[in-house]
Amino acid sequence: MSQTQQKEYEQLRVSGLHSFYGESHILHGIDLVVNRGELVTLLGRNGAGRSTTLKSIMNMVGRRTGSIMINGEETMSCAPHHIARLGVGYCPEHRGIFSALSVQENLTLPPVVRSGGMSLEEIYTMFPNLYERRFSQGTKLSGGEQQMLALARILRTGANMLLLDEITEGLAPVIVEKLGHVLTKLKEKGLTIVLVEQNFHFAATLADRHYVVEHGQIVEEISANELSAKQSVLDGYLGV
Amino acid sequence: MSMIFGVPLAVLSGQLLIGVINGAFYALLSLGLAVIFGLLKIINFAHGAMYMLGAMVTVIMFDVMGVNYWVALFMAPLLVGAVGVLIEYFLLRRIAGQDHIYSLLLTFGIALLMQGVLTNIYGVSGMRYSMPDLFKGGINLGFMFLPYYRAWVIGIALVVCFGTWFMIEKTKLGAYLRAGTEDAQLMQGFGINVPLLISLTYGFGVALAAFAGVLAAPIYSVTPVMGSHILITVFAVVVIGGMGSIGGAIITGILMGVVEGLTKTFYPPASSAVIFLVMVVVLMFRPAGLFGKEA
Repeated sequence: MSQTQQKEYEQLRVSGLHSFYGESHILHGIDLVVNRGELVTLLGRNGAGRSTTLKSIMNMVGRRTGSIMINGEETMSCAPHHIARLGVGYCPEHRGIFSALSVQENLTLPPVVRSGGMSLEEIYTMFPNLYERRFSQGTKLSGGEQQMLALARILRTGANMLLLDEITEGLAPVIVEKLGHVLTKLKEKGLTIVLVEQNFHFAATLADRHYVVEHGQIVEEISANELSAKQSVLDGYLGV
Repeated sequence: MSMIFGVPLAVLSGQLLIGVINGAFYALLSLGLAVIFGLLKIINFAHGAMYMLGAMVTVIMFDVMGVNYWVALFMAPLLVGAVGVLIEYFLLRRIAGQDHIYSLLLTFGIALLMQGVLTNIYGVSGMRYSMPDLFKGGINLGFMFLPYYRAWVIGIALVVCFGTWFMIEKTKLGAYLRAGTEDAQLMQGFGINVPLLISLTYGFGVALAAFAGVLAAPIYSVTPVMGSHILITVFAVVVIGGMGSIGGAIITGILMGVVEGLTKTFYPPASSAVIFLVMVVVLMFRPAGLFGKEA
């Protein structure tokens, strides 16, 4: 019983979200719901508005209208640093590793926002490369290591909802595989994950549900078990 | 008497001392500018005015309330820092993210306003501030006479510069500042209260200027225009060192003071121009400054 309630808990509800960068109107009424413990992907072509959706949830775009509820709390008027403190961990597409900081400083930079985050030891066990290079300059790491760092950084904070933007982009298959293992582990821990992903095969094996974004709107919602039935529809949207 | 390149040693070392003293002030001031530029990305033209305000507050607090030098050394930076926080909160924040020219004009306007108001009240003839008794006199080093106060200025300026460098390069708070310099928006996305950090950084930067002002009060003429005189030189120092480089600001500040002192000894007519000459040469060969990162 309590397990079902846990599953039904609505961690994120976005309704009628419009976002603007200056004069350009990027999102045209996004509606989506993510329950606690779910792994949901946002699929779509480049420029469809997937990254902007994540940024809008973080209040990092110019202007937004509509509603974004996190844990049942309306966040449209929240400053970005308050949103993080609701337990949201954001990993930007450009990874955002700070060059003026060492690996360890990068790792310990984000403040702990909730209890229950991973300890530094646990993180170093999960990512041994980061331990070996903990005193290197953050941006001296390889692309894959930087991605691990960007992900590890928000695991320490205790955030229980992760917004991950294109984490597999430009990485070698072996690194992508490693990231897949990490996400599976995080899911087992009960974390909620919203994944913006270009690599559909990576997303398909992990996700519970997929939203397809096109022209700043959600055009299709596909659950994991409908995937094969709706494959042709999806291919049409993604242009593959 | 021993001579070096045709100059008496006592003259040379005397000018070197003055050079190091001036360099200490350049270092303190350019350090504050560098800290502010790093996080706020604004060129703080009010920096000279804050230095002046530090010195004026020291003199005025003494004249009106008898506040002594040691108390002023803490009080003046605190007061001026608070003024800085208010300026950031009520004025600078509103034009954050706009073109550099707006913050430049705004801070320049603030400087003129402060300078004008204080000139109206106190005039520009200079206010007297006597040195604490402890620092009266000096020590004969054999080759030169070292006034105690000058030694104190060099010592404390180095301590404050090093302390600031340490705070920025080696502590968690400093990591916030360094990271904020690169991507403040992402920092805020991690849950760090960046607007507060920005207010405090501006306050801290101008407090450094005010601290320099207190140090200057007993040895320089304290007038409402003292800040505008030194500011242009300090900007040249920051450009030479590399905008936003903390260590660069400190080292270049002291170095340029010495260069100025040496020029005064060997070719006095060029002494007021030499720093700008160095700036031109540095910009030709290293456009990002001696310690700046190439973009």
